[in-house]
Amino acid sequence: MSFSQIILPLIVLLIIIFGIKRKVNIYDSFIDGAKEGLITTFKIFPSMLAMVFAVNIFLKSGFIEFLFSFLKNPAISKIIAMAFLRPISGSATLVMLNDILSLFGPDSFVGNVASVMQGCTDTTFYIITLYFGSVGIKKIRHALFSGLFADFIGIIASILIVYLFFS
Amino acid sequence: MINIIWGGLLIIGISFGFLSGKGDVINSEILSSSKAALKMILEILPILVLWMGLMKIAEDSGILNNIANFLSKPLKKLFPSLPLGHKSLGLIASNVAVNMLGLGNAATPFGLKAMEEMQKLNNQKDTASDAMITFLVLNTAGVTIIPTTVIALRILHKSNDPTAIILPTIFATILASFFGLLIDFFIRKRRKK
Repeated sequence: MSFSQIILPLIVLLIIIFGIKRKVNIYDSFIDGAKEGLITTFKIFPSMLAMVFAVNIFLKSGFIEFLFSFLKNPAISKIIAMAFLRPISGSATLVMLNDILSLFGPDSFVGNVASVMQGCTDTTFYIITLYFGSVGIKKIRHALFSGLFADFIGIIASILIVYLFFS
Repeated sequence: MINIIWGGLLIIGISFGFLSGKGDVINSEILSSSKAALKMILEILPILVLWMGLMKIAEDSGILNNIANFLSKPLKKLFPSLPLGHKSLGLIASNVAVNMLGLGNAATPFGLKAMEEMQKLNNQKDTASDAMITFLVLNTAGVTIIPTTVIALRILHKSNDPTAIILPTIFATILASFFGLLIDFFIRKRRKK
């Protein structure tokens, strides 16, 4: 059993033990919270559907591939396309990462950069939709800009750090 | 902002699809994308229901408040608008901790609950508060220590050293979070003036 397999059961165990120790009606509390979870899921659904609808149509149109087709080097155009997709779609980037690893090998420079890029950034669009959608926020102010800026730094950092680490 | 992006994705997608002769693909995508969204929500639903149930026990027993009090001081520097010892600080701390362990799915319910608590302190209910944006930046930088999915993929493709990317990923994550928080800090300062 690895460390990450121990941590979840441990969290559950601690929650239950503390609940009993501090005389909480643990079953009733659980059901109350679970109901809230159900309501939250329903609240998220419209914004999630809106996002999946637009993102999937955008991805299927092949626009990203077209945009970077002028780059003759296949490794460079793949990694740039992946960087562009990273904040928009988690599943699409995972497919790209898989492509890059099988085409160029997991221990190649691009393979390493793609791996680090996948780990150090997250799907900003998805997180914004999910978190802001759940509490009904419409005006997101500079959230998208700051989020994308963090992604951008993550992408630049992956290239530089892999270059320093593996050469 | 969100209007432009959402509309833009659709306009570019549909018109470019037509221009490149992929009208049929776009047509079937319109029908299947709603099903894809349903599939996604069905994957999240059981996790949310389960963890929000467990979290309610943690809330009622007061551990959440204990965590909040314990981590209030360091987190307060990042979230100056949240009151010391507020429930949302405990939830933010839990979300970040679980995210770091690479358990993204279990982290989401903590994040959603944190948003709910921050929304209670928000004066304009349709507008994101400063604290919410800072929290979002912390999440989009993807504070991961063990990128489990990536390691699994590297093993699948027979890497000589599947875990070699752990340390570089941690460094890149730290840089992304640091600069993300820095720009958020400067934007906040400029708006205050």
